[in-house]
Amino acid sequence: MGQSHNNVYQRLFRLWRNGDSRPLLMQALVVLVVLLLVVWVVSNTMNNLEHRGISTGFDFLSQEAGFGIIQSLVAYDESHSYGRTFMVGVLNTLLVSSLGIVFATILGFLVGVARLSANWLLARAASVFIETFRNIPLLLQIFFWYFAVLAALPHPRQSLAFGDMLFLNLRGFYLPKPTMEQGLAPVLLSVAVAIVAALVLQAKNRQHRVRTGQGITAMPWLLVAIVVGIPTLVWHFSGATLSVELPQLRGFNFRGGISIIPELGALLLALTIYTAAFIAEVVRAGIESVPKGQKEAAAALGLKPGRVMTLVVIPQAMKVIIPPLTNQYLNLAKNSSLATAIGYPDLVSVFAGTTLNQTGQAVEVIAMTMAVYLTISLSVSLLMNIYNRRVALVER
Amino acid sequence: MPDRLLKRVAVFGACVALISTTTVASTLESVLERGYLSCGVNTGLPGFSNPDDRGQWSGLDVDVCRAVAAATLKDASKVRFIPLTAKERFTALQSGEIDLLSRNTTWTLTRDASLGLNFAGVSYYDGQGFMVKKELGVKSALELDGAAVCIQSGTTSELNLADYFRANNMAFEPVVFDTTDATTKGFDTGRCDVLTSDQSQLYAVRIRLAKPDSAMVLPEVISKEPLGPVVRQGDDQWFNIVKWSLAVMVNGEEMGLTSANVKAHLNAKDPGIRRLLGVEGPKGKGLGLDDLWSRRILEQVGNYEEVFERNVGSGSPLKIKRGLNALWNDGGILYAPPVR
Repeated sequence: MGQSHNNVYQRLFRLWRNGDSRPLLMQALVVLVVLLLVVWVVSNTMNNLEHRGISTGFDFLSQEAGFGIIQSLVAYDESHSYGRTFMVGVLNTLLVSSLGIVFATILGFLVGVARLSANWLLARAASVFIETFRNIPLLLQIFFWYFAVLAALPHPRQSLAFGDMLFLNLRGFYLPKPTMEQGLAPVLLSVAVAIVAALVLQAKNRQHRVRTGQGITAMPWLLVAIVVGIPTLVWHFSGATLSVELPQLRGFNFRGGISIIPELGALLLALTIYTAAFIAEVVRAGIESVPKGQKEAAAALGLKPGRVMTLVVIPQAMKVIIPPLTNQYLNLAKNSSLATAIGYPDLVSVFAGTTLNQTGQAVEVIAMTMAVYLTISLSVSLLMNIYNRRVALVER
Repeated sequence: MPDRLLKRVAVFGACVALISTTTVASTLESVLERGYLSCGVNTGLPGFSNPDDRGQWSGLDVDVCRAVAAATLKDASKVRFIPLTAKERFTALQSGEIDLLSRNTTWTLTRDASLGLNFAGVSYYDGQGFMVKKELGVKSALELDGAAVCIQSGTTSELNLADYFRANNMAFEPVVFDTTDATTKGFDTGRCDVLTSDQSQLYAVRIRLAKPDSAMVLPEVISKEPLGPVVRQGDDQWFNIVKWSLAVMVNGEEMGLTSANVKAHLNAKDPGIRRLLGVEGPKGKGLGLDDLWSRRILEQVGNYEEVFERNVGSGSPLKIKRGLNALWNDGGILYAPPVR
């Protein structure tokens, strides 16, 4: 017995002594310890929850929710389940995050380029913008825009009206809603077909131009004609009708149409401006990383300053811009959870707020919320990394 | 060398095993050891739990906490108040951050049964109502179809509102905020037409508006909202202490004992009064407290009527009538079990 005892330990000892296998042994040990820790934490939590009489499990997701949500991209009312509130929250978060990312990128790039402009006033104005909005905490900015916006807008009974179709007031921005009538399906299909055809044509044109140096110069007009013209023809011949639902003031508020609540507007405004200030600096760093000789050479070739920026400088700057830009996108997605402060029904407000409080199942709800944010962040960074690899110019 | 490794592993394992064992002290023991009661209250609701400009807390819920402190720690001022929003109040109690939750919390089946908590009685019988601006010209809650309603997240008010509007075939737009302050501000700026909450909260919130006279509370009461203190499950002794602290205050009013006349009644002939003041009867033994626990509550905090009147009644800006919260033999439904 002593013999075999020694054998096992001698083997382990030899593995430890061997310089190649020791790192592997250490890593295996660390992984084992981490796994044991996770198992211990989870079983301890389950134990404690049961011991204190707190209900566990995911059954609550099929219970009736019983509360209303002001904005929902899918059909929702009080009789739907908590699982449905989760979906509504996720969609609202994705809505505000994606719109925020798009607007912040556009604004950020403009401000970043403006910061480097030769025009003194423009450069200083951009500088002031960046310094102001970068340094004030986002929550304060959200409150400012929300209460400033609210204070400025009129009561529904005295709305700002643009014709008979658009209304702007304290309760939201109301637009007419196009409703799908019969026979619209072929038109939508033709739109999709037209877009695909346009993309294919664009790609083919670029190939031809790269190969022979000649391409169709009126390309943009042609593309627009295809994307707009084909569906219009199909619509005309299929005789489909598109009716529009106009918002109307009935009682207290406007009913009908599409409404954009002031919470969404304020949140979007605050997130866009705050993140754009950071993106502007990232863009400036990227542009300044491109050697000055590139700009001079491009100018020597006779390119106008605008073309120099878009054709020569920015493509080279993208490699430096994209990783920090991904950071800013992830920050924006996570900062959108501050929506709970002004009552925008995003995931944290609806699910990790109201649902958590009504059901009391904090552990499950928070775990699901964390998983959603993790998924969003991982997806965004994955897409950005793929994009980065494709556009990165290999320098000598 | 291998034997040394084995020894080290054995010692490490023993340490881990020791860490895993947990000993749970009862709430009373940990409160006595700590020297103060950790009490969860509202972030700021006039009449129930509200800090003044010097950080002193006052209110009906605050006085309930003080009564428990007087009973256990012999001093009603040995309380630390932790302000909590509606969303975090139950998690704070479940996790042990607070010993007692006294935060105008409605007693419901879900909260009692699936959160691992117990409601130790009712300190205030309330109902949900609506508040609107007078200029809307609305006289009844049934005229509120299509209104935007300001509401606090995670409360029973949110659910009752949805039920009421659905039952009456009306539509509404919920505007949800985290704290009472934000909800009030939303109503004040006109973001919503209606503010809904427990009636007592509506009166309290109305004081805070820019123009208190511009708002009125509609007559409809759409739900039952029995508000009371909450404790964790699994600690029956603490549950009893809180339950009977509340009962002592109500019994005190029934027997005519106030904080001013306790001393005068120490030699009273009435056996009910003698039992309530700890002169004879069960005293504090069953609860794990000393004999004078109930006397201290009445001396340092007062009976229910005193607590009610100075916080939400005629001695306060809210001026709420006793109504349902009067004694059972006085037109209300407050009925405490006898101390004997």
